[in-house]
Amino acid sequence: MKVNLLQLAHARSGDKGDTANVGIIAYQPEYYPFLEEVLTPERVKKHFTGICNGKVERFELPNICALNFLLHEALGGGGTQTLRHDAQGKTLSTAFLRMKIEVPEDKAREWGLKRIQDKG
Amino acid sequence: MKEYIRIASGQGFWGDRSDAPIEQVRNGPIDYLVMDYLAEVTMSIMQKQKIRDPKLGYARDIIPLMKEIIPDIIEKDIKVITNAGGVNPIACRNAIFEIADKMGYKDLKIGIVHGDDIYDQIDALFEKGIYLKHMDSGESLESVKNCVYSANVYLGAQPVVAALKEGAQIIITGRVTDTGLTLAPMMHEFNWNPDEYDKMAAGIVAGHIIECGAQVSGGNFLAGWKEVPDMSRIGFPIIEAYPDGRFVVTKHDNSGGLVDQRTVKEQLVYELGDPTNYITPDVIADFTSIQLKDDGKNRVKVFGIEGQKPTDFFKVSISYSDGWTSIAKLTYAWPDALEKAKKADEIIRDRINYLGLDFEEIHTEFLGVNACHGPLSHPVDEPNEVILQIGVRGSNQAHLERFSREMIPLVLGGPPTVTGFSSGRSRPKEVIAFWPALIPKNLVKANYDVKSM
Repeated sequence: MKVNLLQLAHARSGDKGDTANVGIIAYQPEYYPFLEEVLTPERVKKHFTGICNGKVERFELPNICALNFLLHEALGGGGTQTLRHDAQGKTLSTAFLRMKIEVPEDKAREWGLKRIQDKG
Repeated sequence: MKEYIRIASGQGFWGDRSDAPIEQVRNGPIDYLVMDYLAEVTMSIMQKQKIRDPKLGYARDIIPLMKEIIPDIIEKDIKVITNAGGVNPIACRNAIFEIADKMGYKDLKIGIVHGDDIYDQIDALFEKGIYLKHMDSGESLESVKNCVYSANVYLGAQPVVAALKEGAQIIITGRVTDTGLTLAPMMHEFNWNPDEYDKMAAGIVAGHIIECGAQVSGGNFLAGWKEVPDMSRIGFPIIEAYPDGRFVVTKHDNSGGLVDQRTVKEQLVYELGDPTNYITPDVIADFTSIQLKDDGKNRVKVFGIEGQKPTDFFKVSISYSDGWTSIAKLTYAWPDALEKAKKADEIIRDRINYLGLDFEEIHTEFLGVNACHGPLSHPVDEPNEVILQIGVRGSNQAHLERFSREMIPLVLGGPPTVTGFSSGRSRPKEVIAFWPALIPKNLVKANYDVKSM
């Protein structure tokens, strides 16, 4: 079943120069191993095509069921020189959570997930 | 030794809610009030102010605040620790002495921490062979040395602890790390040694959790913002710290907002790099060691934190002038709002070419359609309005000025039903860029002194 990542995790994003970080936090501990498997840096880099021009790094925080991603060259030069409305990448958290994830039917049923219906 | 101490955050940045620190000192028990006023860009603004007037260069909001809370902090013996001193902690202290004097508090002891400002030492450092190389590119500062506005070392908690030991009621610092402001009272009260790395790291994690104020107590809370009670009176966070390094994140009982494991987790990942290597001047903290546990309503217990020996370097943040930007906006209404905005963008780009304006970058966004999520945005059919935002960046100030004059004429000479120009044309803004570098700790002399008027 295809679902939005928004159903499985919450997130917060911020900036360090031209690098944005997005922390993805599993809503339930049982989602974490699944997210760790699915959210590879390659997958995330592809998702942010046209936004992140550099590499994507991933760090694991199993203690809080979270993954931290660094998106390099993702803020149009960053901080004070960017021309973007979202200069600090504050909204990249939900841009990340737009990602469509294929969840096995049995897991999706067990976790009570809803199939994607919106335009996102 | 106290069983525990309560450290309250009163300000997450310069411009944060002005009555938050007042509520922190009045609405419940606290021992320390810590306030962060310094973002990178703030230092350059303050340095410019100080050049114009040697009595300026600090966060002036601190003065009316102190006028309000000095009687409370003296009565309740609350210590205030803040980096509001910016590039001029001495002037900041003098200004506080002046109002305290008028209020009849002549014995107020105020400490300052300085030595972070190395702006005047750059040439001397170059002579010693310290070229303040860019942390990422490795390039010497030489290329931008003549455009530097400010250069400040991120100091740690230790000089603040020294000032606390001398009995300061208020400590005004320059560029001390946000996290160090929170660690300092724990080191002081619990007699932690700098080589007790796990405890030091616990203090740093506590600092990270409260350094953005209400962002851990229900603000910017994605997982459950709709369930946050009384957000118009959102309570700022409080750390209840214990001598062994455990602490609880909480807030005053009578305040709005929410503290739970989800709010704490969101703040833990905020502006995080490699979680195993959270480098501060005081210690390297390992965020993968952090354990959270519910501890009652609006209380989260944090424990298990591990740390390692800090590096031999301080980080320096150097700001320099790096050209200009101008960002202009116009609003187009239904029908065909997006099509009209796109046409206007096309016209402006034609004008830029026709006039031969030279920019390093031209960037267009359509607010309401794709400004936040860019190419990931879903299509919007027939929005009621679209805001066209065009930004340009370049080094030729005259070209930036000319661009700013090109947008508003579209009101009469471009696509129809356009508004949103009442604030006038955009003004070119100087770009202050940042140059992060490292400096050996032994070349920096952190100073402090404590005195009363």
